Amino acid sequence: MFKKILIANRGEIACRIIKTARRMGIATVAVYSDADARAPFVQMADEAVHIGPSPAAQSYLIADKIIAACKATGAEAVHPGYGFLSERTSFAEALAKENIAFIGPPVNAIAAMGDKIESKKLAMKAGVNVVPGFVGEIDNTEHAVRISEEIGYPVMMKASAGGGGKGMRLAYNEQDVREGFEATKREGLNSFGDDRVFIEKFILNPRHIEIQILGDQHGNILYLNERECSIQRRHQKVVEEAPSPFVTPKMRKAMGEQCVALSRAVGYYSAGTVELIVSGADPSGESFYFLEMNTRLQVEHPVTECITGIDLVEQMIRVAAGEKLAMTQDDIKIDGWSIENRVYAEDPYRGFLPSTGRLTRYRPPVAGWTEDEDANGRRGVEGVRVDDGVYDGGEVSMFYDPMIAKLITWGKTRDEAADLQIAALDRFEIEGLGHNIDFVSAIMQHPRFRSGELTTGFIAEEYPDGFHGAASTPDLVKSLAAIAGFVATAEADRARHVDGQLGDTLEPPARWQVKIADAVHDIEMVDGDMHVDGEHFDLSMEYDPGDRLIEAEVGDEELAVKIAKMRTGFKLTTRGATHIARVLPGHIAHLADHMIEKIAPDLSRFLICPMPGLLTTLHVNAGDAVEAGQPLAVVEAMKMENILRAEKSGTVKIVNAKAGDSLAVDAVILEME
Amino acid sequence: MSANIAELELRRAASKLGGGQKRIDAQHAKGRLTARERLDILLDEGSFEELDAYVTHNCTDFGMAEQKIPGDGVVTGSGTINGRLVYVYSQDFTVFGGSLSEAHAMKICKVLDNAMKVGAPVIGLNDSGGARIQEGVASLGGYAEVFQRNTLASGVIPQISLIMGPCAGGAVYSPAITDFIFMVKDSSYMFVTGPDVVKTVTNEVVTQEELGGAVSHTTKSGVADNAFENDIEALLSVRDFFDYLPENNRTGVPERPTEDAWDRIEPSLDTLIPPSANQPYDMHELIRKTVDEGDFFEVQPTHAANVIIGFGRIEGRTVGIVANQPMVLAGVLDINSSKKAARFVRFCDAFDIPIITFVDVPGFLPGTAQEYGGIIKHGAKLLFAYAEATVPKITIITRKAYGGAYDVMASKHLRGDLNYAWPTAEIAVMGAKGAVEIIFRGLSAEEQAVKTAEYEDRFANPFVAASKGFIDEVIYPHSTRKRIALGLRKLRNKALENPWKKHDNIPL
Repeated sequence: MFKKILIANRGEIACRIIKTARRMGIATVAVYSDADARAPFVQMADEAVHIGPSPAAQSYLIADKIIAACKATGAEAVHPGYGFLSERTSFAEALAKENIAFIGPPVNAIAAMGDKIESKKLAMKAGVNVVPGFVGEIDNTEHAVRISEEIGYPVMMKASAGGGGKGMRLAYNEQDVREGFEATKREGLNSFGDDRVFIEKFILNPRHIEIQILGDQHGNILYLNERECSIQRRHQKVVEEAPSPFVTPKMRKAMGEQCVALSRAVGYYSAGTVELIVSGADPSGESFYFLEMNTRLQVEHPVTECITGIDLVEQMIRVAAGEKLAMTQDDIKIDGWSIENRVYAEDPYRGFLPSTGRLTRYRPPVAGWTEDEDANGRRGVEGVRVDDGVYDGGEVSMFYDPMIAKLITWGKTRDEAADLQIAALDRFEIEGLGHNIDFVSAIMQHPRFRSGELTTGFIAEEYPDGFHGAASTPDLVKSLAAIAGFVATAEADRARHVDGQLGDTLEPPARWQVKIADAVHDIEMVDGDMHVDGEHFDLSMEYDPGDRLIEAEVGDEELAVKIAKMRTGFKLTTRGATHIARVLPGHIAHLADHMIEKIAPDLSRFLICPMPGLLTTLHVNAGDAVEAGQPLAVVEAMKMENILRAEKSGTVKIVNAKAGDSLAVDAVILEME
Repeated sequence: MSANIAELELRRAASKLGGGQKRIDAQHAKGRLTARERLDILLDEGSFEELDAYVTHNCTDFGMAEQKIPGDGVVTGSGTINGRLVYVYSQDFTVFGGSLSEAHAMKICKVLDNAMKVGAPVIGLNDSGGARIQEGVASLGGYAEVFQRNTLASGVIPQISLIMGPCAGGAVYSPAITDFIFMVKDSSYMFVTGPDVVKTVTNEVVTQEELGGAVSHTTKSGVADNAFENDIEALLSVRDFFDYLPENNRTGVPERPTEDAWDRIEPSLDTLIPPSANQPYDMHELIRKTVDEGDFFEVQPTHAANVIIGFGRIEGRTVGIVANQPMVLAGVLDINSSKKAARFVRFCDAFDIPIITFVDVPGFLPGTAQEYGGIIKHGAKLLFAYAEATVPKITIITRKAYGGAYDVMASKHLRGDLNYAWPTAEIAVMGAKGAVEIIFRGLSAEEQAVKTAEYEDRFANPFVAASKGFIDEVIYPHSTRKRIALGLRKLRNKALENPWKKHDNIPL
């Protein structure tokens, strides 16, 4: 076994690998860029080597620097994590040349599977179903249009070397192809150094189901069941679970065996994932097609660990060291259900725009990387596992993927795992930047998610007009009103304990009117007993002024609520939505009727920069007439090109910025007449 | 019931009705509450005790003898806010448009006199069309009587003005003398001369809102300290604000219980200062993580935002916070920020409120606009304010403390009681590059880089200043609250007096 390994990655996955290596008694070396100098994975590792400036292209993507770090520290093997160099044959080859082990699959397998066109040919040869498409080089946009028409719309354009949702574009018609083909090429070139693009038929109502493969260097290859990752936003996975609610034992076996056969065809070992596209419309479960094989550890590997009890990182290290798998296919079982939500630094209330910056407050529901120490695939504490790479006061850097943490839950049933997610998300405190906690909580509560009727179109179909908070019930609003009344009473009580009073300490006001959206409730505390609208209300909670997270019991149900003070009430966040509770003392509440509701100014006239970033393109000049939906500008942030479109038709009045400007959030780029 | 009591009730009812239901409805239609409704919100329930409810004017000109309404356009008296005594007056727009008659003025004067006698704060709710024109000079005299009392009360009792309707002409000077002015958005305005006169005299066309609305005064002029959305929000916020203030200049700050531990450690502050010196950070985070329960009442948040001022509490006791804000103009001191902070420091000193200063200042803003505007005198105000202050003064330098601005920001030399620095502090006469350009003229770019690095090594840290005793200790950022709380305990009985003088001559 290795004595020391180097992790050629950052963030949570670096922490993840260090965690297992340490348990196995292997010393670890971290490599880090300028931006990560203070990151937890650097602290966690036994040694750390600085490898350059913040942009990945100048640090994490430079193989020579990684190899130099190995030599300097005497690391015998490299775990590449996911992304970065994990699927670059040149890197694996360079390591081999230096006699450093690569904790991953053989080079030829990476080469065969890393190229989407090659892998598709291979899969066909191995007798695996593939989605109709054009396998070959595409010359130019005209060619792309011709191919797309032959296959029939809708089609998907993909950067050949792409992955993780980057460099993919859907085209419903010729215009989409014309608009997107060059951009796809460009993204492929920028992100992966390869501008080849391929086009295939897009299957409507598809489910994304993938098979986890694990093989050793002695010819043993197993499948560790499936994961379903159908809940995606713009092809970026958001929710993953294992097993899949769609897969039957028979289907699992069929999919697993095919994927093993494919792996065997390329002499695969280590962990890998075969992604399949499955038609949910075919209940027989026979309509699954090979999509691609990821020759690395997946972001969503924890859900497989939770249901199989197998530590995938450990297995990868053992396999790389030449060990034989200590298990057979018969040993692979499914125990319970596991769900992972990716907590991203992107704001669902603002069109999911990336939101980088400082985490002024970061309190996960259980501390990251704590577990119950059972050999159960790391199910965390009481079924809640947090894999993270950030900390209170840390930063989500604009240079890398905006993932803050992975929240993984394990339960005996799917509902149990989903309920645990909701409870854990309610207790997940993140401040300082926008995040998607409300959004993933809303998905966990969504009846369609609960029914298991998933497709990759779930988010687009269920949230066609964007996300505005999870739906709430009158009962929930009533509970929140009671909690707001309780907190108001406690705050008023404390305020009445100030010194220098005229007489005896006064009784605090105990009557409140709480208004949440259109619901109005009268709250009264009588000798510590809560009354809502004149009736006893079963609420049990504690509150000290300054508390930010309230643990309440309403009846026999637990409710965790994040609370922030406002001038005339509180902001209450729970169950996937934030509620503004206006709280007024009962005796003056009637005066609120005279207040004039203010209408927010119409900002649709302005094109506002939605996030800090670089204005790369400005499509219009002052005086130009524009149509609603027309692209006006492109702002690049987090390596993503964000197209800003006209909200309504009109004429451009003033342009305040030019291409090349670095813009702050809310900067006005242009004004319309 | 006896006839006398019936008469009393009749008169009380008449007084309470003010200008009558029609006018009350008109006031409500504008989104404004009546004088009495406002007091109901401001004061503890049932605590208001009225004075002079039956006062009427004594004007006989222009048919005024027939128009008398008990109270004469202002409701005055006293009450409590969270049990603590406060004197109040609330102008009643439903009665002669809230205009100020001699009798109206005398009611306000009585409130101020009573408050001064017992040492209690005064809160004035302003909603007045201006002078009672029918009374002529008598009304002007009334204003001046109020101004005189506001002035004498200044520094003795806290005075707060809420502008909840019009406040124009001479009327503006009473609030201007008071310690804090709060306004209601879209329904209040203050100006010396209104848009019509402005148009006649200068040909400038401007709306009331632009000229003297809450937004103008809380961003551009800095005349008002805060703007609120509506009457209710304004009044409830003033209740919260009042809780920070002492009753007068002798009682010391109020204290209330808190569960927030005095020695709370904030590890996240260790990474507040970004790795790059040119990167800003939000000073609010440090303030919120230092004070009790994260509760900070910011004053003038939208005016001269390069300096932050406001009240918080440590161990339940009020402190005044002054902080440079690197997010705005890199936290530089300029005319507006100097004036803003100086007046706040003097308020705190007058009322025995300890001052916590967080420093990250690159210097004073250069340029003709600043020099012609008198930055020398205005910057000196802040220097003067800190230098004369005798209250406990604790200063934390988080990053830059350059040049004269270092001296100004509650430095050790200005009798700072505890001057701490974070390890990231740089106390120097100027930035390294500028310094090298002056010390070593005519160097090549490479030589300059070497010297700059040398200068940085020497001065881009707190230890040179610490070696001279200008910094008492270099502290961990995470222990900032603990250090401040401990310091304030030790300074509780600080005794320091300035030499006797009639008054000082601050560079106004």
